[in-house]
Amino acid sequence: MATDIQTSPEKASNDRTRIIRDGLRRRHTSEQIFRGLGIAAIAIALGFVALLFVDVFRKGVPAFVQSNLHLSVTFDAEVIDVGPAPARADFPSDAEYTAASLKWQRDLALLNWNTIVEASLRKAAPEGFEIDSRQIQSIPETNARHQIREMFVRDPSLLGQTVEVDVLASANAANWIKGNIDRSLGDAQQQLSAPARQLIDTFVENGTISNGFAWTIFTNVDSRAAPASAGLLGAFVGTLWMMLIVVLLAVPIGVAAAIYLEEFAPKSRLTDLIEVNINNLAAVPSIVFGLLGAAVFINWFHLPISAPLVGGLVLTLMTLPTIIIATRGALMGVSPALRQAALGMGASKTQMVFHHVLPTTFPSILTATILGVAHALGETAPLLLIGMKAFVASVPATPLDQAAALPVQIYLWQGNENRNFFEPRTAAAIMVLLAVMILLNGAAIYLRSRLEKRA
Amino acid sequence: MNALVVAGVLIVLLGISYQTGWSKSRGLVTADGVKVHSRPQYHGSFTAIWAMVPALVILLLWAWFGGGITHNYTVSQIPQDILVSLDQAGLNGAIIRINALASGYGVAGEIAPWEQAAGDALRSFNFLTFAGTLILAVVAGGAGLAYARSRITARLRARNSVERVVNVLLLACSAVAILTTVGIVASLVTEAFRFFTFINPLDFFFGTVWAPNNAGGTNYGSYGLLPLLAGTLMITAIAMLVAVPVGLMSAIYLSQYAPKSFRAVAKPLIEILAGIPTIVFGFFALVTVGPFLRDFGNAIGLQISATSALTAGIVMGIMIIPFVSSLSDDIMNQVPRTLRDGAYGLGATQSETIRNVLLPAALPGIVGAFLLAVSRAIGETMIVVLAAGNAPILRGSPFEPVSTITVSIVNQLTGDTDFTGPQSLVGFALGLTLFVVTLCLNIFALYIVRRFREQYE
Repeated sequence: MATDIQTSPEKASNDRTRIIRDGLRRRHTSEQIFRGLGIAAIAIALGFVALLFVDVFRKGVPAFVQSNLHLSVTFDAEVIDVGPAPARADFPSDAEYTAASLKWQRDLALLNWNTIVEASLRKAAPEGFEIDSRQIQSIPETNARHQIREMFVRDPSLLGQTVEVDVLASANAANWIKGNIDRSLGDAQQQLSAPARQLIDTFVENGTISNGFAWTIFTNVDSRAAPASAGLLGAFVGTLWMMLIVVLLAVPIGVAAAIYLEEFAPKSRLTDLIEVNINNLAAVPSIVFGLLGAAVFINWFHLPISAPLVGGLVLTLMTLPTIIIATRGALMGVSPALRQAALGMGASKTQMVFHHVLPTTFPSILTATILGVAHALGETAPLLLIGMKAFVASVPATPLDQAAALPVQIYLWQGNENRNFFEPRTAAAIMVLLAVMILLNGAAIYLRSRLEKRA
Repeated sequence: MNALVVAGVLIVLLGISYQTGWSKSRGLVTADGVKVHSRPQYHGSFTAIWAMVPALVILLLWAWFGGGITHNYTVSQIPQDILVSLDQAGLNGAIIRINALASGYGVAGEIAPWEQAAGDALRSFNFLTFAGTLILAVVAGGAGLAYARSRITARLRARNSVERVVNVLLLACSAVAILTTVGIVASLVTEAFRFFTFINPLDFFFGTVWAPNNAGGTNYGSYGLLPLLAGTLMITAIAMLVAVPVGLMSAIYLSQYAPKSFRAVAKPLIEILAGIPTIVFGFFALVTVGPFLRDFGNAIGLQISATSALTAGIVMGIMIIPFVSSLSDDIMNQVPRTLRDGAYGLGATQSETIRNVLLPAALPGIVGAFLLAVSRAIGETMIVVLAAGNAPILRGSPFEPVSTITVSIVNQLTGDTDFTGPQSLVGFALGLTLFVVTLCLNIFALYIVRRFREQYE
């Protein structure tokens, strides 16, 4: 009886301790699980970042290698049987001279330059190698004959001479060399005939074909007939024009609007409306801006379709809210002491804003501009709606010319039928786009830290 | 050439007028202690404004109307008997030839005497009108300059005038934002209204078949919104299923658990996802995620298309992870510390505090953030264009190809249409739907977030 009385509180307390311990263990386990979930979420997010970059890199790097054919081309006088190039002195006006030289070039274009290409290929092939004309023509890229013709147009004195020329191997040949296509597939599934494949391997062995860095990606414009020579130059310049327009328009207008709204606007219904309006514009889907561009700039104002000017205007309207919001934030952050000091010294409000407040916000405005431009750079959907889907194989000389843009070029290339060749090339274009974006973002971070330190 | 001359003249005018105002102002300061109201640069700017505005107005008027006047003059130079024999194309050809002769470039082939005469006449006309406009502009600018100069006295409030002009310019710039919205609404509504003259709105909003006949003719095909809406909502739901848990948990870990150094590295790395262009995500979905899901489905005996709602949804979810994460992080930081300290004081563990105190307190704000993410997912275009499969059919399986509102806008508006048939106009009706839906979501979400902020201020 007495022992019962003695043990029972002890037991009760033991029980209580055990319950608490169990509870604590359970709670600590769930704490660990919760924390583990957090780490897992971060791992997933970072994993996706890594996966995306690794994937694009793995696919894109091979596209920076191109296969070059080294040929010795003879400008056979029997094939090239047109007269000498017209000289300016023989004609009374520029127009007549242009007409005559155009006619001369047209005559040249009508010649069968393929025979010249084929002859030089056969010269490089082993003695007595049997391959028919169509098969051997599938090895060089289709623009090889244009390349050789243009050499002749530039220098007609080449007639009858033999010169060393580097031409690109065709996309199918490049696929075969790089192993983008399964080498064990049967003849029916191969793009190239058996003799052509054999000749390519011989060329690789004897050094007629060698691989080099694909500068053509940066120096050529897009091409459909000659996919191996398709490059990004036209798209890059188109993007450059658009970004120039965005910077020239969005920054002054955006900063001015922010100054007005933050510093001068009277508190009224109208300014409230503008404020709500800007916040909403920042969240409007980008494709709606494309619709605006198609209806207003192209259909009502009749601006040219697929021109960087229209693209630049649309992207400007899209970037404006970002710049306005960032600038307002920066203006709001300027210390009131600075304002009061300026006003106290007798400055007018305009002087206070432009001479004292605005200069201190310069770092923020600069970084907001760079980030806004980086965002506009990657935007694709609105450009598709203003006609930038079109295939353009030229470098736009003015913002009114037809042009492509980097992201649109990616869109066009990923849709190309020759998947084996264009998938790596699309990934390469993405690498270029990402490199530009990382460069811009890095510049923004660097400039911000530097300028803020100085301020 | 002409543009360079005009720019040069304008710059010279600007320089002279500013200098005139400035030096006159300097001359006001005499020894007898007259107090000048404005500083010399304001007098300079004042004169410059008075000189530049009239000159610019005249040049702009000429830029606007000059082309038409020149065209009429050229036509008037073609002899009457030849003019009547020309059709529209022939007339344009003749005008091009005359312009080529006038510019001195010349034309190929025989030059008719009347062409030569018209070319010569046009050359002198061009020269005279160009010189005339420029002289008129300079005279107007000079008159403005003289007037402004005569007004400069010690008491002239030049600074106030200049600041008023600056103010008007600033106001005009902020009006651009309003004009953008007006432009969006006006273009969407007018073009969508034109679409509804072809297609009954009821058939559009409640139709279950999307089959536009792009061939033209009077058979327009059917334009039912529901298959597109269903596809959009399905992809958005999948995206949120990916983005919300991952985004929210990583925000919780980064803001509550992670040491400062880890946070400083991991947060920017996650935000890289927000800066990647959507076309890159689309490519990633198309060539990597889609085939992977298809093979994975085959392995477990499930038929999954490479381009499907699932592919597009998962990749879109990845895209909005940083959006959800940084917004939730923001919101949770607004919850006062005292609430958390109270929970710790009662012996709660960290996860209990987060689940039972922090999250309920932050819930309205987080819901607002999710709505913003939903609105972004609905309006996203490139991922779904590449990876959703473009099959506008009403069905419930996420493993099948679908289509969305944005995909159909891109498909129907190729950029080279003239907006005459419902085939292209439907893009604007879809755009209007998209705009209204996202606008409502945004306004509602911003309202919730603002209410939430006020609650703790």
